[in-house]
Parts: sequence; C-alpha cells; structure tokens
Amino acid sequence: MKGDTNEQALLKGLANNDSKAIETIYKDNFNMVQTYVLNNNGSYDEARDIFQEAMIALYEKAQSESFVLTCQIKTYIYSVCRRLWLKRLQQLGRYAHPVDSMEETVAVEEDLEIHEKRNADFNIMDRALNSLGEPCKSLLEGYYLKKMDMNALAAEFGYTNADNAKNQKYKCLMRLKKLFFSQYNIGE
Amino acid sequence: MDDILLLEAIERYLTGDMNSEERSYFENLRKTTPEIDQMVVEHNMFIHQMDMYTTRRNIKHGLHEVHAYLLERGDLNEGGELTTIGKVVQFWNKYKKVTAIAASVGGVIALFISGLAFYFSSAVNDPKLEQLGKDLEVVKKNQQYQGAVIQEVTSKIPSNARLLSGGSGFLISTKGYIVTNAHVLKGTGAVVVNNKGEEFKSSIVHIDHEKDLAILLINDPEYVPVKNIPYAIRKSNADLGEEIFTLGYPRNEVVYGMGYLSAKSGYNGDTLSYQIQISVNPGNSGAPVFNKAGDIIGVLSTRQLQADGVAFAVKSKNIYTLVDSLHSSDKAFEDLKMPVKSTLKGIERKEQIRKVEDCVYYVKAYGK
Repeated sequence: MKGDTNEQALLKGLANNDSKAIETIYKDNFNMVQTYVLNNNGSYDEARDIFQEAMIALYEKAQSESFVLTCQIKTYIYSVCRRLWLKRLQQLGRYAHPVDSMEETVAVEEDLEIHEKRNADFNIMDRALNSLGEPCKSLLEGYYLKKMDMNALAAEFGYTNADNAKNQKYKCLMRLKKLFFSQYNIGE
Repeated sequence: MDDILLLEAIERYLTGDMNSEERSYFENLRKTTPEIDQMVVEHNMFIHQMDMYTTRRNIKHGLHEVHAYLLERGDLNEGGELTTIGKVVQFWNKYKKVTAIAASVGGVIALFISGLAFYFSSAVNDPKLEQLGKDLEVVKKNQQYQGAVIQEVTSKIPSNARLLSGGSGFLISTKGYIVTNAHVLKGTGAVVVNNKGEEFKSSIVHIDHEKDLAILLINDPEYVPVKNIPYAIRKSNADLGEEIFTLGYPRNEVVYGMGYLSAKSGYNGDTLSYQIQISVNPGNSGAPVFNKAGDIIGVLSTRQLQADGVAFAVKSKNIYTLVDSLHSSDKAFEDLKMPVKSTLKGIERKEQIRKVEDCVYYVKAYGK
C-alpha cells in the first residue's frame, strides 16, 4: 500500500531527525490533538505540550531497533495524547466528561510506561545539570552533549591548556555523577 | 591525577577509541580488578543516560522550532481567545472562497438536478408518496408567526430572496455540518434555526438527489458550536422491529415522534431506505431517526399518502457515503468528523431528547 510506505518513510525520517518528516507529521496531526485538548478543558499551551510529548514518545519508539508501528501514525499520536491528557486532567482535578471524536485508539499503556521512565530520567539529569552551576554545566554540555574536543573547550573557556580543562571537567563530572546517582536508583 | 587518567581510559574504551593492543590490556585489567570493572559499568550507564538526555533535549528543541515555524507559516492556529467561535471564524475565513464556490456550484446543481429529478425520478414524484418538506405557504405562515412573536429578530434570509421550503436537519459534526434531505433544499441557500429560535446562515456544501440527502454547513459568526454530539451514526443496517424515535420541525417547535422499523427496504423495494411506522408531518423531512439506544439509523424523507403512519427514512450509512465523497472532493472538509460514540445509551427517553434537541435544526430554504 502506498499509504503504508509513505508512513514508514515518515517514521524513518523522524528517527533520523529529518526536519521535513518532523514537519509533515507535526502539521498533519497537531490540529487534531489541539481540537481534542481544547474540547476537553485544555488550553493552547497544554495542547502543545501534550502533542510534543506524544511526538517524543513516537520519536523514541521509532528509534528503537525492534520498532514496529502496527497502526497509523495518526492513530498512535491520538491514542498517546488522549491517554496523556486524561491523566493530566485527573492530576489537575479537572476531570469532567471526556469527549471523544471519531478517531480510533490503540493500546499505548506499555509504551507510555517506558516513556514515563525516560521522562523521569531526563528530569533527574536536567536537575542535576542545572544545579551544577557554571562553568561546570557548560563545560560538561560542551564535552558530552555537543561532543567538542578538549582543546576546543579549553580555548572556549579560556583554560591555558587542555590538561587543565580536563582536570576541571573531571571534577565537574564527579559532582554531576554524584548528583545524578543520588536520585537515580537502579532497579527501581 | 590517576583518577583522571583512568576516567579518560574508560571513556576511550567505551567510545571504541582504543587500538586493539590497548583494548586487550584494558579488558584484562577489567577482569582482574573488580573496582575498575564496576567503574566501567557505572560510567557506561551514565554515558548512556547522558546520550538519552542529549537526544531528548535536541528533539524537544527541534519540536519547538517546528512549532514556531509552522505557526508562522499559518499551518497551525493558536492563540487568540479560547472560544470556539474563533475557530469557526478562522475556518470560515480560510475556506470562504471554497465554500462560496461549493455553495454556488451546489446551488446551480441543485436547481438543475431538481429540474431533472422532477422529470425522471419515479419514486419521489409518485403521487402516492409525499415528501415531507413543507411547502411555501406553510413556511410563510410560520415565518409570519415567528415574526410576530419575536419582532426584534430580523430574519437572516436575504431580503431579495423568497422562502421556498422548510424541513428538519441535524448536526453530524461539532463544526456545524448539518444533514438534511435534498428535497428540502429547493432554492439556492438555506438558514437553519435551532430549538431556541436562533437563526444561522448556512451554505449547501453537498447535495445528492439520488440518495435524497444533502449537507449544509453553518457559516454564521454567531453560531456557537456544540461541545459534543451525543449520538453516533449507524454504519450498519438497523433491525426489523427496532423501536425508533424522531425529532423534527413540522411546526416552529421541535416535535417528538415514536414508532418502529417496519421494513428493511423503502418504497417499491428501494434499498437505500427503510420503511418505518411513525406519525409524521410535512416539515419532518430531514429529521434524524434514532433507535432506542440513541444512534441515528436514518433520515426521515417521505411518507406514503394512502396508508396511515407509513413513512420512509434514508438509511444512515448513506450519510457516510456522502461524507466520504465530500472528503475526497476537497481538503477543506477534512474537519468534518462524524461522531462515533453515543452517550445516549441506557438513559431515559426524556434525558435522550434533552441531549439531542440542541443538535436538531429547522431548515428553511430560500431562492430568488
């Protein structure tokens, strides 16, 4: 089927960070989610948050090796958003009578559990990084996130040589690890 | 300093930057020194977390950018007041042209086809059958009556147009799409009136004389979309003997009627419709026919003159055919989404009617 190969290509693009694919998926599905959230007691900002969260879930799913999407992208996104939004409404105590439109839904509970776990990990790392302070934060971001090499980092931060930068990086990393692992419990 | 070197070694080992000699030496070190082994495992895990963090941060950032970009290009609508009126207006502005063309094409086709239908259609022009659209005189009378009651409300029918016929219709989408009978729409346009007597301008977006169905779209800035549509529309056939009820406008007020499904085919074996046993009057045309659970199973269209209470309803699955052809004809109708979930099941009839009546409209067609 043509539709299928098209969707597969989109997902592949998404997994590879192809901006055209991301744009297409975004454009094709955002309004549906926005309408759903707005119709169910939500605001524009909340609609955007929920939708982007679903996009991240789809992105992470698309990146995994064993990835198969057994339904249309639209259905998947709608299902995830619906689940996320109902949960959010419940948390906010705004839970009224949810209104469903015609879209069918698929079970996404398992995916969302993985997603939530990753969310939690992300938040721990984010908090840890942000409580490091400068220049530690930028130094580690430069090395681990932007994958800059030590010489470039030394130049950017004004260390006299790469070894000094390395030394500083080591200290920062130890602090970050300590912060991170104090909250991140293995096996939980 | 040793620690720094060790960490560097671990990182090089993990990223695969070591040559094979170094690598085998390091692996040996791991085997013999549990502390180092533990450090490698821990650091690997940490690096993995950092990588996940990075990807997540990048995609988040990317999504924000895409959002801003699409917003700027006008592919997304956001902001402004939260009322749904805004959306209808936006929709209307966006598709003004399309709707206008659709409406005028629809109008021309309507005139043309009603001419054709007059000559060729056997069932509808059978003297034994009566269409349930109201004729001019009755509607006119009602119009005067309404004018007398609410004087300050001026009709939205263009002043140079004449009122031609009237009937009922019902919403199939919260966006203001209304299904009615094709024969109700005798003229070039229509206004719809809700159960509170408020009039809204609408345009004919699709008309199918063979199935005797038409779709109107309310395009009035005063229209406040309903929150949700309480009923579902049945795709499959209804069963013989099913209890049915209808709400329509044979008068200026919404009127309830109840009956049962008496045959799976319509007049002269017409498979597009059902025969139902119900007491109906002119003006009921286009009214929804519900089953007991509150699903729409048909659209009331004609009655048999010489038999009492025998009426015919176009099967609801034809609405889907109509909507499908609309969807494939123009992208502008993508927002027409039909309700699938009924919230009427198992509740009392009075309650069902209360929920449904906001979605049933009085349709007045006008022409020049």
